[in-house]
Amino acid sequence: MSASLINSDPTPIHTVGRAVSNLIIATGDLTRFLFLTLGGLLVRMPRSRVLWPVMYEVGVRSVPVIAVTGLFIGMVLAVQSYDTLRTYRLESRIGSVINVSLVKELGPVLAATMLAGRVGCAMAAEIGTMRVTEQIDALKALGADPISYLVVPRFLACFSLIPVLTLIADGVGMFGGWVVSVQLLGVSDHFFWLYSQQFITAFDVVSGVMKSMFFGAAISIIACHRGFHCGSGAEGVGRAATDSFVCSFIAILVLDLVLVILLNNVFRLLWALGIQVV
Amino acid sequence: MNSPAPITPPKTTAPVPVLELRGISMEFGSQRVLQDVSIEVCRGETLVLIGESGCGKSVTTKLLAGLLEPTRGEVQWDGRPVRNRSARELRRDRLRFGYLFQGAALFDSMNVFENVAFGLRENTELKESQIRDVVLERLREVGLAAAVGDKRPSDLSGGMKKRVGLARALAMSPDVVFYDEPTTGLDPVMSDVINELILQTQARRKVTSVVVTHDMHTVRRVADRVVMLYPLNRVGPDQPQVIFEGPPDEAFESDDVRVTSFVRGEAGARLKEMYAA
Repeated sequence: MSASLINSDPTPIHTVGRAVSNLIIATGDLTRFLFLTLGGLLVRMPRSRVLWPVMYEVGVRSVPVIAVTGLFIGMVLAVQSYDTLRTYRLESRIGSVINVSLVKELGPVLAATMLAGRVGCAMAAEIGTMRVTEQIDALKALGADPISYLVVPRFLACFSLIPVLTLIADGVGMFGGWVVSVQLLGVSDHFFWLYSQQFITAFDVVSGVMKSMFFGAAISIIACHRGFHCGSGAEGVGRAATDSFVCSFIAILVLDLVLVILLNNVFRLLWALGIQVV
Repeated sequence: MNSPAPITPPKTTAPVPVLELRGISMEFGSQRVLQDVSIEVCRGETLVLIGESGCGKSVTTKLLAGLLEPTRGEVQWDGRPVRNRSARELRRDRLRFGYLFQGAALFDSMNVFENVAFGLRENTELKESQIRDVVLERLREVGLAAAVGDKRPSDLSGGMKKRVGLARALAMSPDVVFYDEPTTGLDPVMSDVINELILQTQARRKVTSVVVTHDMHTVRRVADRVVMLYPLNRVGPDQPQVIFEGPPDEAFESDDVRVTSFVRGEAGARLKEMYAA
């Protein structure tokens, strides 16, 4: 009887059990990878000749794509919000709708998504190719720690530069929203900025930037982890890049929810303590 | 009060092998590659690992070099288990080894000069001018001009990549050099150039060498001792995976048909086995 059970097709319970087990193993492995990276960061900072090219790739070369995306998102938000607000004769408040959405939510998530797509996939593919072609073994053989040499600089670059990219996405998005609202739809320039100023708090900007730092850390760790665990051949590298984006995107959304709840509670606590955060 | 340390008499035992695998088994997920393999590499010798593709030669070499951890068994360097070393010790001790990888494994993001200089920049306090001297000397040793230093790995031919890989492996003046299929994919002349470089390295630096190859010409030219591995899925239940160990000439005269058909490149026995399967 036991033999027939073993040989039979897996039941839905087996399948779910295996999926949960795999998820727990993957989460544990990813957490271990994160701690190894943080450990590597504490042991030795990356050399500048390794760090600067990664910073340039992550920061400078991401600016155009993030700026273009931010610009169009701001413009689309203006077009979409205008008709609804006009119905209630509230079109003068359009600046607050666009800019609060951008600063609190769309700016950080958009910058993170673009970074996951442009930089995360490239990191996973590059490290995956290095693994497939034994370059990671070569690093070890030459006395370098692959985590310190490959992951730490990428982690540092994503973690430290994504706030800047987020602020660029925010700023360019606001400009796009202003162009459509004020220049094309005839909303008052004065009220556009007045209501924006009234509705956006310093806490909104800081919380958006803080969220983005978590997103940047998650993107770099997931991308490098996928690269290090890449399967063999071109197919393995391709899958590592795809998995990197999918996992990063899910991580961004989950982290966003968790951080919004957490930061809102912090905001309420500060408010209750009478600390001025607006 | 401290008593003087007791004087231990000098030991008269056999010399400790530089590298040793003891009862090694290696699995990748559900795939078992090595089972209960024991190999010793003595100081100054050139050990050549032969065997069919997929029998675990490269894995054995990586285990010897400490680039992989065995599933079971113990790897020892100079009689001391690798497992007992801290990560830092492991990195430091690994610098005694030079490794020429199968596809050379040159770093794509760097040019030839930076590839050869990598180990020196990462692990020594040498000035750039000193590093430059060492790199140019190593390139010269493998027959490459200084101008090659500016080229990217993608601009090099297979033979040049192997030679740059060898220059990089020798940059830190290692005691032990691993060559993973050094002549695979090269034309006969370039294969002989690589064989000659292995011999020159051996003669010039008195290094211990471990060579993985399918090339019997390489075996005849460079080997002091040959170890032949057999694929685990074709070894009988209680049979060892190492089916030959001895001088190269004995491999050609072995009584084991698996050994002789491999070293002579005869497909007869293998074909029978394939059709029977």
